[in-house]
Parts: sequence; C-alpha cells; structure tokens
Amino acid sequence: MSFEISANAIEPEALKGRLAAAGAGACVCFEGWVRNHADGEPVTALEYETHAALAAKEGEKVLAEAKQRFAVERVDCVHRIGHLQVGECAVWVGVTAAHRGAAFDACRYVIDEIKHRLPIWKKEHYASGATGWVNCATKVAG
Amino acid sequence: MVEVTAQYFAAFREQARCDREVLATRSDTAAALFAEVSGRHGFRDSAARCKVAINGEMARWDARLESGDVVLFFPPVAGG
Repeated sequence: MSFEISANAIEPEALKGRLAAAGAGACVCFEGWVRNHADGEPVTALEYETHAALAAKEGEKVLAEAKQRFAVERVDCVHRIGHLQVGECAVWVGVTAAHRGAAFDACRYVIDEIKHRLPIWKKEHYASGATGWVNCATKVAG
Repeated sequence: MVEVTAQYFAAFREQARCDREVLATRSDTAAALFAEVSGRHGFRDSAARCKVAINGEMARWDARLESGDVVLFFPPVAGG
C-alpha cells in the first residue's frame, strides 16, 4: 500500500508491476488524464498544487480505509503535481484483489475520496489565456 | 489579542498576493480568522467548502487560536 505525490510523469505500466500478488485474480487501474476542455471551454494545460505533507497523510488514510472496507491485496495511488499538458496522466490508482468486485469497488472508492479530501488544487489554463482554479469562486481573465 | 501566522494556498495565495502574513488579531477561532482575512483579501468561498489546518494538522473551524499558531487556509480542493 503506498500513496505518492510526484512531480515526475506517471508511468502506469511500471506502477502496475508493483501490484503483483499471488493471491490476486483481478487488477483494476484508473488513470485520470488531462483533457482539452472543461465546461465547454478549450483547456490547454493544467497546474496542480498541493500541501505535500497533509496530502500524503490523508492519501495514506484513504488507502488504509480501502484496505479495511474491501477484500483487496494491494492498493496504490500516485498523484501528479506541477504543470501538465493535455493527455498527461494526472492521477493513477491501482488495485489487486482475489475477485473483480472488490477491485472495482476499492478503485472507485480511492479515486472518489482522493478528489474530495486531499489538499490538492487544480488550475485550468484556457485557450483564451484566462485561468481558473477548479471549484473556487474566482476565475482570472487572461 | 493573539499573534498568528496565516498561510494561503492556490487561489487564496493569488488573491492575497502573498503566501503568508503575520496577524495580530482579536479573532479567537479559525472560523473568525477566516472571516477576517476573507474580508480583507476578497475570498469568496465559504468556510463550508474550504479546509483549515493548524500547526501542520487538519483542524476544525471552531478550533481556538493561540499566539504562535500557524493557520493554513485551504480553498476548495480539486484533486484528480
């Protein structure tokens, strides 16, 4: 079980290799990618910022909850920070379990909780030159 | 009156135009201090959508402030 904040590109295949477990009959991985639009507006890039220590602490907590709630073998998560281009992987969650049900459920649980609980902020850079912090009341005109 | 350090992140840091400031304040809870700095810097997100940490630990909005506390104000999060 490991949670990591990374300033480097996420490499899903390498991360998946770490999930191997002899008792695993299912492996479910989720990748969150940077897309080129948000609410109908063209997006050119994303910028992620975090409070690393508190994000790591809360991230570990989420993974521990997933292990407790679902019959999983391993559950890992990596979240990118920094400036990301369209198509890059922003977050990766990987779960192995004896059976697929627990693997799907745990993976969904982890990504949902990560999005809502960790001190991570996302700034969208729009094609218009404007920027906006997602979920916040302000948007800065370009 | 207590003297505390307020730290701002992401949208709050940009709006406040600084990442921290030392404040002498009559606000005696995290919520009261948030209301005070929101007024000063024009933060428009309600406390219910934001989070606060004190001295490196997540805290409740009704946490009492003491001199020397470092109060971290987190705007609405958006991981993933």
